[in-house]
Amino acid sequence: MLTGMSIPPDQVRGSAIHVQGLEKSYKELQVLRGVDFDVARGGIFALLGSNGAGKSTVVKILSTLLKADAGTARVNGFDVATQPAEVRESISLTGQFAAVDEILSGRENLVLVARLRHLKEPGKIADDLLRRFSLAEAGARRVATYSGGMRRRLDIAMSLIGDPPVIFLDEPTTGLDPEARIEVWQAVRELAGQGTTVLLTTQYLDEAEQLADRIAILHEGRIIVNGTLTELRQLLPPAKVEYVEKQPTLEDVFLALVGDNGKNGHDRNVGADA
Amino acid sequence: MNKHFFGDTAVLLGRSLRHITRSLDTIITTAITPIAMLLLFVYVFGGAINTGSDSYVNYLLPGILLITIASGIAYTTLRLFLDMKSGIFERFQSMPIARSSVLWAHVLTSLAANVISLVVVVLVALLMGFRSEAGVLAWLAVAGILILFTLALTWIAVIPGLTAKSVDGASAYSYPLIFLPFLSSAFVPTATMPGPVRAFAENQPVTSIVNTIRDLFTRQPVGTDIWIALAWCVGILVVAYIFADISYRRRIS
Repeated sequence: MLTGMSIPPDQVRGSAIHVQGLEKSYKELQVLRGVDFDVARGGIFALLGSNGAGKSTVVKILSTLLKADAGTARVNGFDVATQPAEVRESISLTGQFAAVDEILSGRENLVLVARLRHLKEPGKIADDLLRRFSLAEAGARRVATYSGGMRRRLDIAMSLIGDPPVIFLDEPTTGLDPEARIEVWQAVRELAGQGTTVLLTTQYLDEAEQLADRIAILHEGRIIVNGTLTELRQLLPPAKVEYVEKQPTLEDVFLALVGDNGKNGHDRNVGADA
Repeated sequence: MNKHFFGDTAVLLGRSLRHITRSLDTIITTAITPIAMLLLFVYVFGGAINTGSDSYVNYLLPGILLITIASGIAYTTLRLFLDMKSGIFERFQSMPIARSSVLWAHVLTSLAANVISLVVVVLVALLMGFRSEAGVLAWLAVAGILILFTLALTWIAVIPGLTAKSVDGASAYSYPLIFLPFLSSAFVPTATMPGPVRAFAENQPVTSIVNTIRDLFTRQPVGTDIWIALAWCVGILVVAYIFADISYRRRIS
């Protein structure tokens, strides 16, 4: 099995995220029962699992919001238990729900995060990101008036401030419509293209397939498989050749009907000019 | 202490002050109940209440100010609860900031919001004929006690803000606090109450605080009441702070 592969120590030191033997229980409920995985620098790593599999628990431990009961976790070379401040310097968390301030405008949200990261010229950083995420026109409006996709884009834009080397995206497309999903996917691909390490959790198999270099499946508190998509495919018997009439999926139809008119086309160009 | 504590607190304070200035209804709602009570008691019930004071509005205002604070801190709980629920609290906690500044920003915002509400209520009382001979020092002492009381109640408000599961749960605790002044010397002198009620009224924090403020406004010697009042405020503040800190540590571990 792929999980059994040992990783040479020098590679461990070089990995952006290193997790070994992670355990966590909430009272009697044992959520993580010894989770191990490594994420290489600059890659997109998808942690796949059904609801309640413990994906968010892993992300919370890695982002220093929760303490593990046992095991070690290192992010960007820093131990989450003993060097939490250094870990927080190295990461950004985009949680399960778009964590944006509804009463502030989009621009004010970005300025707020830039100030909290103690960066110079927060206004300029905000304006650049608004442009990059096609939010320039909406920038002065209160976030309460944004659509779900716009909120998620703003949320991800807030996570990019300060260029942290590691970004956690916890179910970034849950609750989004198909167009907004594609916008988010484009933003994530672009991030990885710039050398940022992305740890993504998702319950959508196609999302992992679309985005990730490596995929790990978290099931009943353990990683039961970890590899590239090709490696995972090889776990099953080789593909048979069958002739099937190719019907468009409902998603194809939906996107063909609503996706390509002028207004939405503009909206979908997430990060295209960055 | 983290070297960014003051800077981060200032940034986050600016954020939640914007919440207040953009939803002025919270200030108005905070002030409206105490103002309604002031009108009701001064113009309807007041005539039938014998307080030994020439002007009932003068007698009533200190208690009304405490009710203002008790209803104002419910919004502190609400703002904190919404931050927890929206995930922005976790976002802040996962950032390289002085973590405690997130709570302190809420506490200072509560102070600012309550000061505004208190000023509004005092202005209405002035229109209704409230007059005080108090000098600058006495006014400063009144302000100091009210600020201390606000801080004490604010740290109580932080606890449900961090731990509540629903909005209703987050605000339910404030009703007893608003009710407490009725069982004190705030509306009627305690001497008129039957034994056990009187014993409770005379030994609960509101009475000593109300009496102290009333004496400061009327230029009477404050006696030992001021020390009892300060002891209650500081005591509540310390205990509430400890429990708020425990709840906070539970949320981030």
